[in-house]
Amino acid sequence: MKNFMALFATPVQRVTGILAIVTLYVTLANGLLPPDSFLYVSDYSVTLLGKYLCYALLALSVDLVWGYCGILSLGHGAFFALGGYAMGMYLMRQIGDRGVYGNADLPDFMVFLNWDVLPWFWAGSDSFIWMVVMVVLAPGLLAYIFGVMAFRSRVSGVYLSIMTQAMTYALLLAFFRNEMGFGGNNGLTDFKDILGYSLQSGSTRLSLFIITAVVLWLAFFICNRIVNSKAGKIVMAIRDAENRSRFVGYNTASYKVALFTFSAVLAGIAGALYVPQVGIINPGEFSPINSIEMVIWVAIGGRGTLYGAIVGALVVSYAKTRFTAIMPEAWLFALGGLFVLVTLLLPKGLVGLWPTLKAKAQQLWPKTKEQAL
Amino acid sequence: MILFARLIFLMLFIVALSWPLKAAEFENFETALTALPEANFKSLPELLEAIAELDDQRVSSLFTHLSKGEVYFQKSDKQVFYVVDQADGTANIVDVISGEVVQDINKNQLSKVKTTNSIRSGIAQLQAQLNLNHQDSAIRLNAAREMLADVTRISDKRLADRQTKEENSAVADILILIAALKELSKEDSAAQLAALESLDSSLEPDVRQVLVAASQDKERYSPEVQIKIKATLASIENQRNLYSYAENIFFGLSLGSVLLLAAIGLAITFGVMGVINMAHGEMMMLGAYTTYVIQQCFPNLIEYSLLIAIPAAFLVSGLVGVLIERSVIQFLKGRPLETLLATFGISLILQQLVRTVFSPLNRQVIAPEWMSGSWQINPVFSVTFNRLYIIIFSLIVFFMLLIFLKKSALGLHVRAVAQNRDMARALSIRSNWVDAATFGLGSGIAGIAGVVLSQLTNVGPNLGQAYIIDSFLVVVFGGVGNLWGTLVSAMTLGVLNKFLEPITGPVMATIIVLVGLVFFIQKRPMGLFPQKGRAVE
Amino acid sequence: MKQQASVMGATENLVPDTRHGVILYMENVSVSFDGFKALNDLNLYINDGELRCLIGANGAGKTTLMDVITGKTRPDQGKVNFGQQIDLLKLNEAEIAQAGIGRKFQKPTVFEALSVYENLYLSLKMDKGIWCSLWHKLNGEQKDDIERILATIGLTEQRHGLAGNLSHGQKQWLEIGMLLAAKPRVLLVDEPVAGMTLQETERTAELLTSLAGEHSVVVVEHDMSFVRSIARTVTVLHQGSVLAEGTMAQIQSHPDVKRVYLGEEST
Repeated sequence: MKNFMALFATPVQRVTGILAIVTLYVTLANGLLPPDSFLYVSDYSVTLLGKYLCYALLALSVDLVWGYCGILSLGHGAFFALGGYAMGMYLMRQIGDRGVYGNADLPDFMVFLNWDVLPWFWAGSDSFIWMVVMVVLAPGLLAYIFGVMAFRSRVSGVYLSIMTQAMTYALLLAFFRNEMGFGGNNGLTDFKDILGYSLQSGSTRLSLFIITAVVLWLAFFICNRIVNSKAGKIVMAIRDAENRSRFVGYNTASYKVALFTFSAVLAGIAGALYVPQVGIINPGEFSPINSIEMVIWVAIGGRGTLYGAIVGALVVSYAKTRFTAIMPEAWLFALGGLFVLVTLLLPKGLVGLWPTLKAKAQQLWPKTKEQAL
Repeated sequence: MILFARLIFLMLFIVALSWPLKAAEFENFETALTALPEANFKSLPELLEAIAELDDQRVSSLFTHLSKGEVYFQKSDKQVFYVVDQADGTANIVDVISGEVVQDINKNQLSKVKTTNSIRSGIAQLQAQLNLNHQDSAIRLNAAREMLADVTRISDKRLADRQTKEENSAVADILILIAALKELSKEDSAAQLAALESLDSSLEPDVRQVLVAASQDKERYSPEVQIKIKATLASIENQRNLYSYAENIFFGLSLGSVLLLAAIGLAITFGVMGVINMAHGEMMMLGAYTTYVIQQCFPNLIEYSLLIAIPAAFLVSGLVGVLIERSVIQFLKGRPLETLLATFGISLILQQLVRTVFSPLNRQVIAPEWMSGSWQINPVFSVTFNRLYIIIFSLIVFFMLLIFLKKSALGLHVRAVAQNRDMARALSIRSNWVDAATFGLGSGIAGIAGVVLSQLTNVGPNLGQAYIIDSFLVVVFGGVGNLWGTLVSAMTLGVLNKFLEPITGPVMATIIVLVGLVFFIQKRPMGLFPQKGRAVE
Repeated sequence: MKQQASVMGATENLVPDTRHGVILYMENVSVSFDGFKALNDLNLYINDGELRCLIGANGAGKTTLMDVITGKTRPDQGKVNFGQQIDLLKLNEAEIAQAGIGRKFQKPTVFEALSVYENLYLSLKMDKGIWCSLWHKLNGEQKDDIERILATIGLTEQRHGLAGNLSHGQKQWLEIGMLLAAKPRVLLVDEPVAGMTLQETERTAELLTSLAGEHSVVVVEHDMSFVRSIARTVTVLHQGSVLAEGTMAQIQSHPDVKRVYLGEEST
């Protein structure tokens, strides 16, 4: 037992262990147990969990820039949505002639708009490889350009936050337009299959869930490596004293650009994994409030810890699902209240609460500790 | 009573006597109508001219129906009716004298008063002339302007008559245009050239249309006249462009003043105090809902509702602002990003609160009478009153605020705290109290902005969200902590937006402005008018 | 391949050429903020390996001068060279630091969320690009360097504690340690003994004197007794330009200094 617990000593091990256990359980329960069993996990729940894991990945990307580099991005939803659109375009092309209009070359909404040919930026969208490239490239490039402009000219703090918000707001307006060629208001939906596997089937859904879990683990592992490397220390140094870091000889702008771009790519990947599981991507994903919700996941979980972000995303998303089912009006009250309470009372988030509680417990029952020693 | 009746009779008698002889062919509309069934194609024009001279309101509608072929008479008693065919195939039969719908008469019992093309065009002329001689100068003006579309409706002689009598200068100007258009239609290049001279830079759309048609007509107009037509058209086009610029600027300024109202509250809380209030939009929303509630409470005072709503909204939003400052923001001093998050949470709560109390649907806020209507400066440029008032109002609020901050004791304290909190406290300024008051002031002004917005957009729970980003950008663009900068930047952004709109469409215009601002902030993070000096760092 | 060569060339160029014995040239430098002339046609030369003290009243331009050298402030006009050939005005802060100009601020600034050891680690002289930082592991020589500096600044025991938890004086030392780790050619030290005890001040004086020779050291200080204890050459700044230069004795008897600086101080 003691040996088993030792497996969960560090955050990395804890996240790895819990993710592995949950994934294994869900896989077995969904695949092997009969549907009427108490322990059975339905296809619906699998997809819901998969969605939560996408959010967790997204929260991880927000924490990386906010928690470690002090860049409060209120526009990470834009990167998430761009990754999602890249995936959505691929899935749209996979529909082929099974759409309402039965046009093998053009997605339904283009037929509806009386377009004759695919716009140039849809070129190659039927290739899986190209989709993967775009999932990385589209958010990455936007973040890189935005980052270069913002960080080179030393925009920081609140100004930067508002600028990121303006960015996602502009994209929201742009993607609402039919002329943009991304399905306008309705976005991209009615997907049929991915790589030939039907998106409706339980096994595809389970596979997507497993893939998401693996990607999340991988991303967590990489992020952890980054923040513990010398580069991670530099990033924290930049967060706390950017000027000093410059005089020590670090080109702080390029560190920030690199981190921001990497974070945006993670967010894009999260979006790409999200879209096939929920079956739709529309401009609503660009709306500023979505981006802000991501920030609150991280704030509630505890920023600057990576695993706190994952905890926050899971807890808040689960709460949202429950709340909106029981009493939908109450959700915004609850979310708003969380914002206020967490910033006022829990600056370190839920995971910051844990050591405090432990210390309290040790104060109250010091004996047990001595005995254990 | 009897005396009164006699008096009227006497007056009518006098009027009848003083009537010109020619018009006295018929005593009144009723007797004139009896002649109508008997008239033939030859006598009809004369009869109609006589009728046109009658001073009776029914004449105009008789002419209208007659030109449409809707005038019939009963074969038996020669009584005259309008027969108006309905969409469902039935016909509406109306007594011409009483104007009442008649039920018991069948269309078969009636026969039509027949007209020819030439009679109908005569009727059109008569009708236009009728209005052109109307006592009301506004009706005369309209009739004259309508006549521009087809100047053949008035004879040269009658036009000349009217021109000598006309006293209203606006109408007289149009009459000159009519005369010029008539000249233009003559086959005499000297007259045509002279006419073009007076048509130069006229803004009437009909004049432009005639000229456009004329510029195509190579037979009637000699090359020399053609050139002159082109030049006149170009000058008209210039004038129109000028006024469309003026209109764009006006629209831009009115959008700018809305932005200004939305942003100056923020310029205080953000610029002076350094507090990022994401619930600023919701303060506006509260102001708009205050207007709604006031209109609901005093349905008899709609005309005054806005005047009541302005102080009320200031108080409501201001008090909510003070509450927010005392309960949340004061604990987050010096932590701007946390303040941003907490106030965002507050904005969500306020939105949901409004949704729960007032329903998620948009509420209807009524515009008082005096806010509607417009001032038509010329045919292509008019100024709507609501926009005009908003521009004026926003400037009043701006300058009052400016004076308040410069001259009042509280204003001095606000600036002192903003510049050096510790020093101000050392001078026994109660910085906590000043913070609360400043925040309340900024929020209260947002509430006033909400009253104005209730006149322009839908009042709903999302009203504030639409403006929060814009407001921040205005403040940042103008330079944080600089009220004049906020004014300039709001107006610049407003005008820029309206000039882009016709080129790119409204959504693209917003996007372009947003993206442009993002670039601008990167180039000049301190805004248009940065605060200078070593203290900035 | 060709590009790589040129990058190599650029790093080569960052070694200052001091064949004339001068490591810092400032010629006709002027800086103004909104009409206020912080530096006014200033000329200053720092010799390779010397210890130079800068004194002057508040607003004489001492901090602005350091800002100009380290790239924080761009002068309106003038020439600032590192050695004969490196034009500092063309480099940004990070590049100037990498070229070998270290700076200690008036207010001690260390990376508070990092440990003392990490603070020194980040300051070590090495490739400071992202790629290198991602994969970097300390080698034996670098570890020895850090240990030696820890001993020098007397923070060996606090090595794994957070820098933010150090006392004011300890932060001063840590910052000096960070300077040493970067092995700069020129050290710009702004008020190093502010807030230090007498004993610490003496140690600082010792340290700075020992550094001169291998490094060039420029010290800005208000504490005249401290200046007297370390100074070989002193430069007096007044209203943004050099008023006088020489040994402490020469300065004290310089008529202009007496009139302007000491005179002002005595009233």
